[in-house]
Parts: sequence; structure tokens; C-alpha cells
Amino acid sequence: MTMLDIRNFGKQFTIHHLEKTIQAVEGVNFSIEEGEFLGIVGRSGSGKSTVLKSIYRSYLSDAGAILYDSARYGKVNLAKATEREMLYLRKYEIGYVSQFLNVMPRTTSRELVEKALLEMGETEEAARCEAEKALDHFELDEALWDTYPNTFSGGEKLRLNIAIATVKKPRLLLLDEPTASLDYASKMKVREIIEKLKANGTTLLGIFHDIEFMEGVCDKVYDMRTRKVTQEVAIASEG
Amino acid sequence: MHEAPLLRVRDLTKQFGEACSSCDGGENLEKNYCPTCGTVYACQNISFDLYPGEILGIVGESGSGKSSMMQCLYFDSEVTSGAVYLDHIPALAGKNVFALSSQQKRAIRNQQYGMVYQNPIRGLKMDFSSVGNIAEKLIAAGNRHVGDMEAVSKSLLEHVHIPLFRMKEEPRNFSGGMQQRVQIAKALSNNPPILFLDEVTTGLDLSVQANVLDLIKGIQRDLGISMIVVSHDLAVIRMLADRTIVMLNGSIIEDGLTDQILEDPQHAYTQQLVYSLL
Ligand SMILES: Nc1ncnc2c1ncn2[C@@H]1O[C@H](COP(=O)(O)OP(=O)(O)OP(=O)(O)O)[C@@H](O)[C@H]1O
Ligand SMILES: Nc1ncnc2c1ncn2[C@@H]1O[C@H](COP(=O)(O)OP(=O)(O)OP(=O)(O)O)[C@@H](O)[C@H]1O
Ligand SMILES: [Mg+2]
Ligand SMILES: [Mg+2]
Ligand SMILES: [Zn+2]
Repeated sequence: MTMLDIRNFGKQFTIHHLEKTIQAVEGVNFSIEEGEFLGIVGRSGSGKSTVLKSIYRSYLSDAGAILYDSARYGKVNLAKATEREMLYLRKYEIGYVSQFLNVMPRTTSRELVEKALLEMGETEEAARCEAEKALDHFELDEALWDTYPNTFSGGEKLRLNIAIATVKKPRLLLLDEPTASLDYASKMKVREIIEKLKANGTTLLGIFHDIEFMEGVCDKVYDMRTRKVTQEVAIASEG
Repeated sequence: MHEAPLLRVRDLTKQFGEACSSCDGGENLEKNYCPTCGTVYACQNISFDLYPGEILGIVGESGSGKSSMMQCLYFDSEVTSGAVYLDHIPALAGKNVFALSSQQKRAIRNQQYGMVYQNPIRGLKMDFSSVGNIAEKLIAAGNRHVGDMEAVSKSLLEHVHIPLFRMKEEPRNFSGGMQQRVQIAKALSNNPPILFLDEVTTGLDLSVQANVLDLIKGIQRDLGISMIVVSHDLAVIRMLADRTIVMLNGSIIEDGLTDQILEDPQHAYTQQLVYSLL
């Protein structure tokens, strides 16, 4: 089954006070089957994040279609779905993780993970238990569970981000350079996490500047330069 | 799936003044104002839906018509034209509540709505005790049992962190943040499914602001009340709202998911608003 099918996607930004329109990206076509991991590579500014943010609808796309096979709604074009549908999909089906932590202030790590579960309708009891399991699973030091994450290191923030996104068991997970600015050991941990998610059947779409690092986990690579999907990680990362 | 809205607002229009041949219908205005006859077009064809359990943010500069809209919704002032539907109440399904009798409007206000005003003087009797202010709303909603009302008032004030020993005090002795919290307790006292909040944190210190915002977020999480939160401050909206509407000169110029409004604003005015936040 095709989980996500991106057809002739394009996006431009108009900055009114500069009277300027930037074509961020255009002519993007690729698809991902259920349970696959597709990596996106390309130079800085080629529009990789724009593609991911448009899938999550933090950006409004203006050309093409983003067809997602939803458990709830069936086939939906995420470029056109209603705001309420998008909120539902974000709550239950589609997760987004970047290296930046964008969360409610004055909320502890534990509360953030619990909140993700509570908003899906889990009981307080179950949320408490699941949250601890997730924090433990992603190896966030127990001393950090009841503190605010704004002072966390890059790796800690990222692991918390992944915990928040994955306790929901999303069907589709979007990863925007989750390994950027991490040391080797932390990167290995992210790789292990992705392996586990994949083993659980999660469909993954990720941006990696060092895609070779994901060799063996990543099924296909979309290259922004050639606009083509290749099966092998090594070939895509050459040019 | 089709999810039903709790509140539907259609073409809500509010003007101050009689209009003239030059401006009729909102033509030839300077911002929201007719230079020929002086009519102010405070709200023009405002339409949106409010869904169960959501916080809908409304942001716009001073004078964009936010309070005028809230006052029309709460029946504090008469609309010029437009409709509001509360379809979840079987007896009101498909009926424009603006067209109901004043008695029916009062019943809706007492049973369906809670309001927190921009200015606490509008929402509270400053020379009644805090408990008395809440009891007044409970009586309006049909309560008669004094002991019950006192117990409900106390638990609500406790919920908004007003210390027990100050509950009998008059709100005029309270700080701005405390007054807003008493207003919130009062607005919640009739268990309304819909809460209107007009600039609840404006004029408060940053730390007090944070405290009130946390309280609102907690109310949404624990009670699942639908809220319309109005603010000229995008930072407040970012904290609270899943969806956001942007108003300018009495009209809606843009709406979207709050993070999309912040990361990919479409309208020139919204862009200016967002860039000034960064
Ligand atoms: N919110 C925005 N407003 C205006 N322009 C934007 C916005 N987001 C991205 N762009 C522009 O779109 C283009 C693509 O940016 P994007 O962030 O998608 O690139 P990227 O491939 O992710 O780059 P990097 O590898 O550096 O993260 C760039 O020219 C960028 O300046
Ligand atoms: N009673 C009134 N008579 C005439 N004009 C009025 C009256 N009340 C409001 N207005 C005008 O209606 C317009 C909208 O005002 P409103 O108070 O709704 O704005 P607002 O968006 O709430 O602004 P703020 O952010 O300053 O609270 C303004 O131009 C205002 O001057
Ligand atoms: Mg990027
Ligand atoms: Mg106002
Ligand atoms: Zn006129």
C-alpha cells in the first residue's frame, strides 16, 4: 500500500514588504510504501525542509498534491485537508521531529510526553506509565524527567522530541535532520531508534545530510538534485 | 467523517453609525471608518466555526474589531446583521440566536456562555466579595441553594489559585492578575460549554501573564471547554490556540493552523505581525 504519494509538489514564498516571491521548490515527485523508510538528500536551500513542513502543513503548498492514506479518512490530499482534519492527523497519525524543540514553556519533559498521550484520550494512569517507558526507552536521564527542557543539550532535546512524537505510535513519522549537531554516540542511538520504529511498522520520511550513516535502515533515497529516487544509499550520496 | 461545530458564526457585521450613500455596505472607507458620515464598520462579515474542545485564537491590532465581535457574540451589544447557530442544542438547531427574544438570549448566556472581559470592571462587581460575584452568576443560571453556591464558589476560586482567606474580599483590593482569575472563576461557574476570553493577559506582568495562560491551558485540558481567545499579542495566541484567525479593520484576512500562521503567513499584515514577534 502506498502511504504517501507526492505529485508535482511546488511551493513559493511571497514576502510582501520586499515585494519578492521566492520559488522554494518545484516538481517534486516521490512515493513511500507502508513501512518503508525514504531518505531525502540535497544541498542546503534545495527545499528539503519545505517538503516536510508542507506535508505537516506548517507550510501551505501551492502546487501539486500530497496524497496520504489515512487510517481515519482514507486518501486525503494534505495540501487541501481542513484545519480540523490536519489537527486530527497530527494528534493520531503523523508525527514530526526536528532538532529544534518547540514545546509549551514551563512544562517538564514528563508532562510533555504525558500530554501527547492524554490528548489522544489515554487515561492519566496509562499516560503516566507509557511516558515513563518512553523516557526510559530513549535513554533520557531520569534526573531530567521533571525539569524543563529549555536547558537540555542538543542530543537530550532530540531524544525528548522523539519520545514525544513516538509515544503516539504515528503511522508516518517525518524527521528533519534529527542527527544534525550530534556526536557519534548520539547519532548511533538515533539510528537504533529508527531501526526500532521501522521494526514496529512505522513509515518514515527523513532528511539526512549524511545519509550513508543510515545505510541498511533506509530503503530508498530521493535526491533533490536529480529529482530521482534510487534504491541505494551509497549511489545517491556520491554527487 | 464530518465533525459538527459547537458554534457557527456567519457574516457577523457590526457598525456604529447610520451609514450614508458613500459608504453603504462598507465602501470607500479609511480603514474601518467612513470619512463622509463617520460610521465605524467595526466588524464586517465575520464567519467562522468553533469546534468542541478547541481554543480558537483571534489576533489583530487595536481597533480591528475583536472586542466588538465578542460583545455581539455575548449579546452585550446588538449586531447590525449576521447569524450565530448553536446546533448542538436541539431546540435551537438551524435557528439564528441573534433573532431570539431577549429572554431566550439571557438563557443562552447563562447556560452556554462564560465571558472574561478585557476590563475586569465590566466583568466583576468590584464592591461585592469574590464569592458574591460568583454566586450572582450561579443565581442567574438558576441556582438557589446557598450552601451549594458557597461550596462551588470556593472550589472555583481555589481552582484559580485565590487563597481561601481572601475569598470574602472585594476584587477591587486585588491585583490585575487576581482580578482576571476571579473573572475566570466566575465565567466557569455555570459550567459553560463555550468560553469567551478578551485580552485576558493584557496589562499584566510577564510572570503573572504566564500564570494566567497556564491556568487557561489547564482548563481546556481538564474540562474540555471550547474557547475563543482574543488578543492583539501573537505570543499569547501561540501559547494557547490550535487554530488562529487574523483580523484587520473589521474583516478576517487570514486563518489557519497556528503554527502555519506563524511559519508561513500569507497576508502582508500577518507577515508584519509575525516578523515583529521574532
Ligand atoms: N518560511 C519561509 N519563508 C520564506 N522563505 C523560506 C521559508 N522557508 C524556506 N524558505 C526558502 O525556501 C528555500 C528552501 O528552504 P529549505 O529550508 O526547504 O531548504 P533545505 O533544503 O531544508 O536546506 P537546509 O539543508 O539548509 O536545511 C530557501 O531558499 C529558503 O530561504
Ligand atoms: N460604542 C462605540 N461607538 C463607536 N465606535 C466604537 C464603539 N465601540 C467600538 N468602536 C470602534 O469600533 C472599532 C473596533 O473596536 P474594538 O474595541 O472592537 O477593537 P479591538 O480589536 O477590541 O481593539 P483593542 O485591541 O484595542 O481592544 C474601533 O474603531 C472603535 O473605535
Ligand atoms: Mg532544512
Ligand atoms: Mg478589545
Ligand atoms: Zn458613510
